[in-house]
Amino acid sequence: MKLHNISLNNLKRRKAKMAFLTIGLTVGIATIVTLVTLTRSMSSDIERKMDEFGANILVTPQSNGLAMNYGGISLGGVTFDQKEILEADLARIKTITNHKNISTVSPKVLGGIRIGAHDVLLVGVNFASEIKLKQWWKVFGNLPETASEILLGSDASKILNLNPGEDLMIKGEKFKVAGVLDQTGSQDDTLVFAALPKAQKLLGKEGRITLAEVAALCSGCPIGDMVTQIAEKLPDAKVSAIQQVVEGRLKALDQFKRFSWAMAAVVVFIGSLIVFVTMMGSVNERTVEIGVFRAIGFRKSHIMRIILLEAAIVSLLAGCLGYAFGMGGAKLALPFMAESSGAHLVWDVTIAFGSVGLALTLGLMASIYPAMHASRMDPTEALRAL
Amino acid sequence: MALIEIKNLKKHYASGEDTVEALRGVDIRIEAGEFITIMGQSGSGKSTLLSVLGGMNHPTEGDVEMAGVNLYRLPGEKLADFRAQRLGFVFQAFHLIQYLTALENVMLPLAIVKMKNAEKRSAASAALERVGLGAKLDRLPNQLSGGEQERVAIARAIVNNPEILLADEPTGNLDSRTSEEVMALLSELNRGGQTVVMVTHNPDNCRYADRSIVLRDGLIVEK
Repeated sequence: MKLHNISLNNLKRRKAKMAFLTIGLTVGIATIVTLVTLTRSMSSDIERKMDEFGANILVTPQSNGLAMNYGGISLGGVTFDQKEILEADLARIKTITNHKNISTVSPKVLGGIRIGAHDVLLVGVNFASEIKLKQWWKVFGNLPETASEILLGSDASKILNLNPGEDLMIKGEKFKVAGVLDQTGSQDDTLVFAALPKAQKLLGKEGRITLAEVAALCSGCPIGDMVTQIAEKLPDAKVSAIQQVVEGRLKALDQFKRFSWAMAAVVVFIGSLIVFVTMMGSVNERTVEIGVFRAIGFRKSHIMRIILLEAAIVSLLAGCLGYAFGMGGAKLALPFMAESSGAHLVWDVTIAFGSVGLALTLGLMASIYPAMHASRMDPTEALRAL
Repeated sequence: MALIEIKNLKKHYASGEDTVEALRGVDIRIEAGEFITIMGQSGSGKSTLLSVLGGMNHPTEGDVEMAGVNLYRLPGEKLADFRAQRLGFVFQAFHLIQYLTALENVMLPLAIVKMKNAEKRSAASAALERVGLGAKLDRLPNQLSGGEQERVAIARAIVNNPEILLADEPTGNLDSRTSEEVMALLSELNRGGQTVVMVTHNPDNCRYADRSIVLRDGLIVEK
């Protein structure tokens, strides 16, 4: 016979009450687990979508000019004192405070060239980083692997009448079409892509680039801070965020997160009340029993241990059940909450331990007063017989 | 030196605007191994006296010394420890824990003692054997008769072998035959060396005692 035997036996005797307490706490914990898991899963879904959206920071040369274009229609512009970005300077981007948030830096050099009878825009890119940014690219043929290979946009391929495997001449140099892009509906359809060093040489811009796209691929990225940090490292460049698309989604998610936390707070409050009222009722029902314990020499701390141990056992059970039901609820709700059909449930061990920890904390905190009340009972009053 | 020495014991209760003087200056000496009964009508202060003796009811004035220890000057939870180690209680209403078996009820005082569980079981079984319930260790209180429940309560009171046994009308809820059995048991325990202080209404029970103390209106009127 030890103190925990008394707690366990009492729990067994008061099955209905303890079941009510367990269910109350379980519902609370399950609600919190469902909300937190849904929020995390939806965040993860958005993060994945941001990957698909590609770059979200653009690094271009400083310019005093104003571009005159709207909706893809360019009317030219007035530009003077345009500065250039040196390719070597891009290495500094990796030294910013939030460098861990940077997924890809993709430098580009742009320039007009003539192929046959057509003027086209040649874009020098690093194909490895470019394909990471533009995961929607579908290439007929292959991506260029050598400096003498190029990639054509779908419109460029049609206008130049060139297909994968065919050769062409640019500035007297022979190139082979390694692949052709499927229609993207973007500016990429009209471009000719070559390896960056080769394009720099063809355009006479060795060591220089026209712009760089940076992908900071995480939903919680401090994009604004990162823009400032990159601008500090590259004072001659203009750094801007392309975040409108994801911003809206993130704001909506942020609102959902706040709603979740508010709900969690209400649930925690109600759960605490349930525990408090049930434990207080249990203590009051056991007045004589506690009087006997005190009369036979149990210390106040012994009484507190008995009551708190009961609360801990129920809370532990409620925490485990709450996690299981909460994850089940999240799994059922996720397809209705997430926009993309590929959203995956995030299984996080911290949520598992967190839910059990929360249940324990909640149960014990709400039981402290009933336990203290029990331990302070006057044994004479409690027994009345003496 | 007396095992129990009570000097000028007073206990006053507040009752609304009035003060009830339950004990009005009681002096008692009890030697080790004595069997004492405390008698008196309802409201005479006998139950208050027993609860003060049991270290559960702080007196308004006066001292209670047991085995050389001034009970109400013990610091913090030492008073609870004293109860656990040196006192045994038998209640009129038995006060057994309904969800524990007879054996578990008797093991209860040992729950806070550092002993192996097997030793606790063995001590509790021996106590139940001693009160004649060796065959009903696993019965729940509601499966036992009133007399048997009283015996379990006595076994619980003696399981840690206390020097002093305090009993509050242990035969109050029992028929005369069972009362005789319980009194015989208490007498046997007393002969075994335990000091017994018992509150009773029944004058017949006094024949088992070495002496009786009669209380009236909070004062001793007869020793």
